[in-house]
Amino acid sequence: MTLLIQKPGILTTVQDLGRNNFRRLGINPTGVMDRAAVRLINILLGNDENEAVFEMHFPSPEIVFKSNTVAAIGGGDFTATLDDKPVENWRTFFAIKNSVLKFTNKSMGNRTYLAVKGGININKWLDSSSTNLAAGIGGFQGRKLESGDRIDCKERQKGVKSFITRRIAGSLIPIYRSFPTIRIIPGSEFENLSNKAREMLLTQDFAISYISNRMGFRLTGKPIRPTMQREILSSAVSFGTIQLLPDGQLIVLMADHQTTGGYPRIAHVITKDLPLLAQLGANDKVAFHLVETEKAEKLSLAFERELKFLRVGVKLGKD
Amino acid sequence: MSEPEIRIFPLGDSALTVEFGNTISLELNQKALALSDYFEHNPFSGFIESIPAYASTTIFYDLGNVRMSFAQFPTAFEAVKSLATEALNNFPASKPATPRTVEIPVNFDKGSALDLGQIAKECGLTQKKVIEIFTAATYRVFMLGFLPGFAYMGEVDKQIAVSRKETPRMSVPKGSVGIAGRQTGVYSLASPGGWQIIGRTEAEMFTPDAAEPSFLRPGDNVRFFMV
Repeated sequence: MTLLIQKPGILTTVQDLGRNNFRRLGINPTGVMDRAAVRLINILLGNDENEAVFEMHFPSPEIVFKSNTVAAIGGGDFTATLDDKPVENWRTFFAIKNSVLKFTNKSMGNRTYLAVKGGININKWLDSSSTNLAAGIGGFQGRKLESGDRIDCKERQKGVKSFITRRIAGSLIPIYRSFPTIRIIPGSEFENLSNKAREMLLTQDFAISYISNRMGFRLTGKPIRPTMQREILSSAVSFGTIQLLPDGQLIVLMADHQTTGGYPRIAHVITKDLPLLAQLGANDKVAFHLVETEKAEKLSLAFERELKFLRVGVKLGKD
Repeated sequence: MSEPEIRIFPLGDSALTVEFGNTISLELNQKALALSDYFEHNPFSGFIESIPAYASTTIFYDLGNVRMSFAQFPTAFEAVKSLATEALNNFPASKPATPRTVEIPVNFDKGSALDLGQIAKECGLTQKKVIEIFTAATYRVFMLGFLPGFAYMGEVDKQIAVSRKETPRMSVPKGSVGIAGRQTGVYSLASPGGWQIIGRTEAEMFTPDAAEPSFLRPGDNVRFFMV
């Protein structure tokens, strides 16, 4: 009932959907970057959607299933193989004892997720299994996974004979692209932008800078000017907040963002599109499209309904 | 006295901010804290958490839950905005609770006070005088943020209110006590940072496994003393 990390990959961490309720103490939520992917594969496995998973980047880890395990991969497509045979994303698979999971080629996206049926056994810190890398706490010993790490699974699986694969309907799978149009709603300082500055935000393509990470994506484009004179007192920011820096460039706050910030918040990525943004990497591009809060809410609620149907479907199919 | 206009705006599609003003003041901060505490004690269906800041409170909520529970509003934002407005209108007139006073020992020796020489030079004061001014004041914890357990405190006396360093340090040692304008704060963890370092404390600002992981709370009064 153990997963053995045979090779660590560049950044493999244990995450769940994030650590809420402690932002007021400066404790940032962390959690997975692509929440849609993780919720989908957890639900597919019959898990609580907040069950801890591995978030993996490329080059990716090699993982040995030390006992029979039912698992699923979702998010970016890194061309997974199990004992050198292809494993598709978005479907459950059976890994027999001592089989080895590898990822051979990054064909789409920049983060992929492994969830196991029943979940992995992680001591929660402040009600969450997410790793807070900056503070060195949470997840697996507060750090990224290294060779030789062993992570226990909560459940023992029966033999392969009783296993039936299950997949996520194509219509539910996020459509990742390396140049998506991401929908945003206005932030509190949007109204202070000149028409010219708004046009700069909404009509140009931005590149994801190589210094982007789980804390934030730096975007490079023609500077948005004039920048704002208005000084802002530090206040809460959120996953998806787009801040305008003094040099006219943008930063989008991602999963490891700090709880508060003082740069103008000119826009926010809508929840529905955050996963598409979260899958981008250096040199990918993004364009923004402005929508109203009402539209953002509707899209989010529609996705929640689809997840609910998936949950019901998985439950009905169980026996 | 004219009341500053309260602004309520979305912080993405699952949170909103109630902004009481854009200045550092005891009065605005007390309002922000009171609203945050109100929702922590009287959560609505779908409420996740609230974060008080200098002069604002942000409320995070579960969009689906709010929509279902307050279906009479066109959006979840409108529903929570209405709940916040209602809370503000019915605010108890009671005085805020008496703040705790917390004392923090600080070492001002050369190895700890990385920028004390620079601060003294910039302010045209002796190092001793800078320390004297710094330790004479009582500071209020306005908010926590930046790092787990990092408290934004103020206000630093104008005579020693130096700006941030032009080039931030790659790593400020844990426990460093810094000044940034009228603000002071203690680096709860080693971190990159640009505040000018006046000393260092051994006191733990952040203890992950404690029932209260953060040593300081918004609203606390803090005094620094030399060791």
